[in-house]
Amino acid sequence: MSKQVVEKLKGKFGASVLAEVEHRGETTVTVEAGEIVEICTYLRDDCGFNFLSDLCGVDYLGRTPRFEVVYNLYNISTKSRLRVKILVAEQDPRVDTVSGVWSTANWHERECWDLMGISFNNHPDLRRILLPEDWQGHPLRKDYPVQGPDREPYQGRLS
Amino acid sequence: MATETMTINMGPQHPSTHGVLQLILELDGEIVVKATPHIGFLHRGTEKLSEHRTYHQVIPLTDRLDYLAPMSNNLGYVLAVEKLLGITDKIPERANTIRVIMAELTRIKSHLVWLATHALDIGAMTVFLYCFREREEIIDIYEKISGARMTSNYFRVGGLSEDLPEGLVDDIRKFTESMEGHLETYEGLLTGNKIWQKRTIDVGYISGEDAVDIGLSGPALRASGVDWDLRRDDPYCNYSDFDFEVPTRTEGDTFARYKVRLDEMRQSARIILQGLDKLKPGPILADCPQVCLPPKKDVVNTIEGLIHHFKIVTEGFKPEEGEIYVGIEAPKGELGYYLVSDGSPHPYRMKIRPPSFVNLQALPQMVEGVLLADVIATIGTLDIVLGEIDR
Repeated sequence: MSKQVVEKLKGKFGASVLAEVEHRGETTVTVEAGEIVEICTYLRDDCGFNFLSDLCGVDYLGRTPRFEVVYNLYNISTKSRLRVKILVAEQDPRVDTVSGVWSTANWHERECWDLMGISFNNHPDLRRILLPEDWQGHPLRKDYPVQGPDREPYQGRLS
Repeated sequence: MATETMTINMGPQHPSTHGVLQLILELDGEIVVKATPHIGFLHRGTEKLSEHRTYHQVIPLTDRLDYLAPMSNNLGYVLAVEKLLGITDKIPERANTIRVIMAELTRIKSHLVWLATHALDIGAMTVFLYCFREREEIIDIYEKISGARMTSNYFRVGGLSEDLPEGLVDDIRKFTESMEGHLETYEGLLTGNKIWQKRTIDVGYISGEDAVDIGLSGPALRASGVDWDLRRDDPYCNYSDFDFEVPTRTEGDTFARYKVRLDEMRQSARIILQGLDKLKPGPILADCPQVCLPPKKDVVNTIEGLIHHFKIVTEGFKPEEGEIYVGIEAPKGELGYYLVSDGSPHPYRMKIRPPSFVNLQALPQMVEGVLLADVIATIGTLDIVLGEIDR
């Protein structure tokens, strides 16, 4: 099912579909970050992915581009899943919001901004959500120490 | 005459916000003009912590997300790790059936706390006491199985930590069979009650379309007419072998969500009884020595068993590079785990999709334009737990 969707997506957006990976029966497509809103709108309206399960950022420190934003989509009528990813550069990480496509993206994107430091253009309400407003830094980045900033590293064993 | 709105603060210490939720309410008289939730007071950095632990060491962290349904969180996590490892098919039948039984007991347990606190918020105290009486019995079952009343940490990657203790099957059966009578008691106190109906019918309405758009899942979505349940539509464990119905309603109000959850408890009881009948002796851990801890008797009796245990505890196991997403039907909705592995013994990234986080997002649009008193009913009906919202 997701295979046909990827074919459809390739037919419509061609060069914007950068990669397609299959792992444990799940399909992941990497697409051009600049076209994420058009692609998501197309997936919602023409492929039936009406439910955004989850949206999050991943930090691949050391890779270029450094960040990824991951959209886990679900189609309630055909019961199929699809994962869409975009790559985001380290310098001034920002992407367009999809909260106009699925309202549920609103809080997910706020969380992604708060914890990962990826900002979203045209977001209706981009504030920190879990951490206090005056917090410095974005804790889920790989270069943010687990014990927090300005603290001695934990000397015991974590694992 | 000049009028102005009043801004009031509700929570984070208000009892009917079900934890540390803060709502900033802008009121025009008694009508809510705007509601802004503030969350994060219970943020413990579960996702960050998990990146520094082995896969097995993350299981106790998941207990503390939705602390009213710890086994559902455990289940979602272990299923995700099993998928990442590619050993989903190797889980023994007995382990799967026990997982289903415990997940459904957990659903009843979670729904009992929802009904108890929801009814208490609206003013029906008797129901609160009855529900907690029944919940206590489930907690006793938890304690017999895992030694802990709330943070069970019972499931393992590959199966279970231990088999059910002797005689527990009868305890579970006795409890489950009594549940139908208890549910009738609750319904007798509430369903036909004029006050209950006035406080719930047409309160906190959300249409099916809006609910999907905002990401509602679980009973809250099914009460708005969207027939979607991951246990049936994307079966995990061995749910496909069970015979159950998915209760739905179309009204989309607080009363509909109340009825859906009560019917869900009946279906859960049905699933548990089928599971108990299905239960046959057999292994409770997959035959995957690279992943699963060896049986305790080998660890204490043989040097090979001890080394095996030691290696898995200190080093963990290394799933191959890749990423997966697993969603399960937790009591409150779709609980998702997105796991990325870089081939090391620690999750490279773990994103939890907590149902309460997404469901709470719907609160502002459900309460804007209604009376202040209905905000309390709407928070209750969404069944949120701040432990998993803040993570």
